[in-house]
Amino acid sequence: MKRLRAPLTENAVQSLRVGDEILIDGYIYAARDAAHKRMIEAIVLGQDLPFDPRGQIIYYVGPCPAPPGKVIGSAGPTTSGRMDAYTPALLERGLRGMIGKGDRSQAVVEAMQRFGAVYLAAVGGAGVYLAERIVSAQTVAYPELGPEALLRLEVRSFPCIVAIDSYGDNIYQEVRNRVNSQYYKEEENDQNKRPAQ
Amino acid sequence: MREIHCDQITAAVRECVLKANVELPPDIREALNQAYNREDSSRARQILKILLTNAEMAEEKKMAICQDTGLVAVNIDMGQEVHVVGGDINQAVNEGVRQGYRDGYFRKSVVSDPLQRINSGDNTPAIIHYQLLPGDHFNITVLPKGAGSENMGQLTMLKPAQGLDGMRDFVVRVVKEAGANACPPLIVGVGIGGNMEMAAYLAKKALLRPVDERHHRADLAVLESELLEAINRLGFGPQGMGGQTSALAVNIETYPTHIACLPVAVSLGCHATRRSSCTL
Repeated sequence: MKRLRAPLTENAVQSLRVGDEILIDGYIYAARDAAHKRMIEAIVLGQDLPFDPRGQIIYYVGPCPAPPGKVIGSAGPTTSGRMDAYTPALLERGLRGMIGKGDRSQAVVEAMQRFGAVYLAAVGGAGVYLAERIVSAQTVAYPELGPEALLRLEVRSFPCIVAIDSYGDNIYQEVRNRVNSQYYKEEENDQNKRPAQ
Repeated sequence: MREIHCDQITAAVRECVLKANVELPPDIREALNQAYNREDSSRARQILKILLTNAEMAEEKKMAICQDTGLVAVNIDMGQEVHVVGGDINQAVNEGVRQGYRDGYFRKSVVSDPLQRINSGDNTPAIIHYQLLPGDHFNITVLPKGAGSENMGQLTMLKPAQGLDGMRDFVVRVVKEAGANACPPLIVGVGIGGNMEMAAYLAKKALLRPVDERHHRADLAVLESELLEAINRLGFGPQGMGGQTSALAVNIETYPTHIACLPVAVSLGCHATRRSSCTL
């Protein structure tokens, strides 16, 4: 288990390899669909982003409201693929890490290699387990988006697995390649058993 | 005529959504536990362990199992001898959802219009299905379903000639295309027959059946087990990171159909498929 301080240095990103299990300490930003859309609109209009993405990690999460006595409600990762269209522009501006669940597009993986970034998977559906590792939460921008507002989170021992590293190695792709070979093998066997149509 | 007041319906829906979002159904918990004991891969075991721990923590702290507390589907099975009094039944259901999501500190994940996309602020409206049958019963079942799994569901209109093989291929393909996104290990709801909307409705209804309960028809029970084996042979595993447990169960529901039709719908439930019922 490696420990990682956020924001990330270039060296830290380069030291991470697919499959590494890590614990993150430090500050990260929470943003999902609507906040990404706003940030990209700001970039297009030449406006400043609500935070400087250089070295930072974005966690794709829309948490539950904080119950009394808690800093945040359940806060597990959402499906990252929905952010793919917005991600290369942020990587180009220095974003070094993303936390989410599920595979990324080829364009995102290429941009990660080009600009030096890492994609980390947190366990989807483990909302309470992960919320317990968040020690403070503060709204930075877009409060009107409710659960989709941009937040700054302080995390302690936040557990992730390196899903795609800055060299383009991809855990989901590895699994998918194995799944595909199994699937096509079975399909071929089935075709042989069936009468010609 | 048995009278049921709208206030009773509101209170019952509120209780159901509060319970469903916080308590993982015992059959799913047991299935995750069995998967944990069966898995060889240490990563798969570690993920399953976190999911089991999370379920315990959610119940103890009364916090949502998953932050995606979903769009709520409410199924109401009611007898035709029941007379609902004291207001609008649809408003009563939505009021229950509103109160439950406020009081449970659950995320409000509904936008009022699919294109304008402004959050409705209280997680309403719910999707409400009524089933009217003889009698004076009144049963409410809620299924607050997250979008990670919901977005990966599919429906197809097969040709009858494609038959059983075509159906099997489609179900496995939907799971394969979903990969990690639907949060495996999955519960795979399959609706076969009826027409287009009926197949989708059946697939959803199939998710309400406990994972340890096979179809009462022997041929469909065998089919469910065979499909589950085929899906688990794929090797996606928990969170799509490899392993033997890609699904916990395949539940099939069927309905008569047209001589020219073979609709098949697949609704994927995540490892935290949340459901709760109550009877008034």
